[in-house]
Amino acid sequence: MTEQLSELDLELERYELFADPIYNFTFNRRQFLKVFSGGIALLIPAANLLAQQEQGESGGPRGNQRVPNDIGAWIHIDETGTVSVFTGKVELGQNIRTSLAQAVAEELRVPINMIRMVMADTDLTPFDAGTFGSRSIPFMSPQLRKAAAAARETLVMIAAEQLKVAPAEVRIVNARFVNHDASKSLSFADVAKGQKLVKAIPADIAIMQVKDWTIAGTSVPKVGARDFVTGKHEYTSDMKRPGMLYARVVRPPALNSTLLSLDTKPAEAIRGVTVVRDGDFIGLAAADPQTVARAEKAIAVHWKTPGQAGSAGLYEQLKRDSSPSRGGSRPVGSIEEGMAAADKKLSQSYTIAYIAHAPLEPRAAVAEWKDGKLTVWTGTQRPFGVRSELAEAFRIPEESVRVIVPDTGSGYGGKHTGECAIEAARIARASGKPVKLVWTREEEFTWAYFRPAGLIEVSTGVKNDGTVTAWEFHNYNSGSSAIQSKYAFPNQNIQFHNSKSPLRQGSYRGLAATANHFAREVHLDELAQLVGMDPVAFRLKNIKDDRLRAVLEAAAKSFGWGAKKQDGRGAGIACGFEKGSYIATAAEISIDPKTKKVKLERVVASFECGAIVNPVHLHNQVEGAVVQAIGGALFEGIEFQNGQIVNGKFSKYRLPRFSDMPPVEIVLLDRKDLPSAGAGETPIVGLAPASGGAIFQATGVRVRSLPLLSTTSVLA
Amino acid sequence: MKLTVNGAVHEVESPPLTTLLAVLREELGITSPKVGCEQGGCGACTVLVGGEPRRACLLPLAALDGAEVTTVEGLGTPEQLGRVQQAFLDRYAAQCGYCTSGMIMAGVGLLKKNPKPSRDEIVKHMDRNVCRCGTYQRIVKAIEIASGTSKEARK
Repeated sequence: MTEQLSELDLELERYELFADPIYNFTFNRRQFLKVFSGGIALLIPAANLLAQQEQGESGGPRGNQRVPNDIGAWIHIDETGTVSVFTGKVELGQNIRTSLAQAVAEELRVPINMIRMVMADTDLTPFDAGTFGSRSIPFMSPQLRKAAAAARETLVMIAAEQLKVAPAEVRIVNARFVNHDASKSLSFADVAKGQKLVKAIPADIAIMQVKDWTIAGTSVPKVGARDFVTGKHEYTSDMKRPGMLYARVVRPPALNSTLLSLDTKPAEAIRGVTVVRDGDFIGLAAADPQTVARAEKAIAVHWKTPGQAGSAGLYEQLKRDSSPSRGGSRPVGSIEEGMAAADKKLSQSYTIAYIAHAPLEPRAAVAEWKDGKLTVWTGTQRPFGVRSELAEAFRIPEESVRVIVPDTGSGYGGKHTGECAIEAARIARASGKPVKLVWTREEEFTWAYFRPAGLIEVSTGVKNDGTVTAWEFHNYNSGSSAIQSKYAFPNQNIQFHNSKSPLRQGSYRGLAATANHFAREVHLDELAQLVGMDPVAFRLKNIKDDRLRAVLEAAAKSFGWGAKKQDGRGAGIACGFEKGSYIATAAEISIDPKTKKVKLERVVASFECGAIVNPVHLHNQVEGAVVQAIGGALFEGIEFQNGQIVNGKFSKYRLPRFSDMPPVEIVLLDRKDLPSAGAGETPIVGLAPASGGAIFQATGVRVRSLPLLSTTSVLA
Repeated sequence: MKLTVNGAVHEVESPPLTTLLAVLREELGITSPKVGCEQGGCGACTVLVGGEPRRACLLPLAALDGAEVTTVEGLGTPEQLGRVQQAFLDRYAAQCGYCTSGMIMAGVGLLKKNPKPSRDEIVKHMDRNVCRCGTYQRIVKAIEIASGTSKEARK
């Protein structure tokens, strides 16, 4: 079982990425030399961004990607002394722009405001597989540290020469290289001037130990935060290019529709309107949004929509259409023996609904063709993937395509693919002008992809003393992330079965870890109930992993687990592991005796991800994940019928709001002795089962489906 | 039609049914109010009209003759951010930042009407604004600090 995935390990449920071939791009050295005009550059080989290829949790190597053997990232100190970091990672609110800058500032011994982060521009930054999977901290950060450390050593050598002292004598103070008594000093510009050095980082370069961190490990404010509170920051949807047109795509009324008839002449007759027809794709553009809207209304179009499965009967269908096994692991021990040794047995099914990412910034793209080159600004988590999609869509070389990702209004795993970019580029090419396309909220709810729905069947045996003797676990369609647990079950048969999904599905923050933790943790609560044990005690009985025990105990303690149950209230707790980090979540709910309305009263989340880089940003990531989890746990769920998303607007699809927020206490465990793991996803998995446990304790009703409450129920 | 935005009078040419949001963003180039849903469901487009927080995506230009609109760009001075803006900065209340303009304007609108709101009043007033990144607790704190009702000192 691997704790850390390699950079290109892709989980089976990232369906949206397997739909197209994944291209590997070899960074163009000519392009690099164009950008690099002088100074000092430290290059990180892409291969260094991969961990050892290890067997995936499924028991076999995953994916089929070739290893890029070129540059992964680099740091540049130019002749003005500016320190720039070039990375293909994307900033979407997870604040890696800040934490990566911290890592570099630390190793260079300079204030963080001296670091200029250049991110997610396929012309300027080297290939990156994508910003997903909680990988920026565990993979990109250590490599940037090494590059920064190597840069520091190089600069110190040059400074020593110029100061005419031994390198060991040189210190960096207030961003200047000084000699032993500070009688002489040089700026970064002084040192870099006239240099033209390009070096790869030595394999054995030493980076600062966690205990010596002075910048990392502190709560540095969000880099560039001022631009977000002053409205200065330009998201893709804010951009304007000279001569730009506004675009719309004419969509069918339902999924899987085909075009029957189309009359675009009334739209073409409107002055300044461009109409593009390409198979079933109909695109419009005009100089202002009102004219485009008018053009859309003027089009006469008829679609044929086939009968399609709706939400009713979904889970039976997923099981019926499933394959025997895809990503389970080799069985451990013998289920038969385990069941024979059990005092009690339990079989239950759990269901998990499709949910939408609902990023607040809808996907958007600005596309511009100029002199045979296509530039697209778009908020995507995979600039290089989208670049490949564009190159393929238009049958042009990748070198002719540039994708630039401005800091984006969130993604949560939903912005991996390039449909909006391709649509904008198509319309731009037809109109001969730059084009901005911003998806409507209804398009966001319909034409992207969802977190997979799933059915999970669990069949187990347990001894009266709380030891689980047999654990059989089948996940249909959701995925295999976290299908393996950190519990010490002696006999296991764990299988993931992929299936035919009626809706387009793909990555979502946490992937199938939410579903698998929900089913597992609720089932463990049910086993605990069966043998009359407390949920925490029951779990501890089956845990040998110290880190899991630590978060569970910390959450239970902070929460005050074990307090006397009050009328109309209940408490639940769950723990888990994913992507190298550990979470435990405890939740308290109340139920109104008259209205029966359920309210989340408080949450305690305990989280451990190795050495903490930036405490306040980590706290915020955990808190944000807990808030997002409330939606999927309690009331988010996609309803569909005849190819339409029935609740595809904010008035019908309930997102967590201010009034849904209970007090959330976050307990961070800082393990300075362990490498820093990512934190973007794991904290999301505990809230749903903890809430389920709390609802059970308060009402005696065991809910085995997500969302726990109906999609239209209201919290008090 | 005349529209005053952040103290400056503009002669606006968009058709009368154009939403205030589209007028601000596309005609006037004031992009702090954001497109989140264009259905009044998320509050990312919140601006002040006559000092009241309103959803710009739902307001047709025709209803705004002579109106005074305030957006984030009209807050503070070049030397100093407004109280609510500064508090958002100090409390790390922005993650992806897309909801931030709407949140700030909703907060400013609240404090104009109710300078010392309770936590419950803040939650109730802000409830129409969505933050998908989940920064609600820090936004509430920022508004408390800006209003001076928080015991914590501002930076």
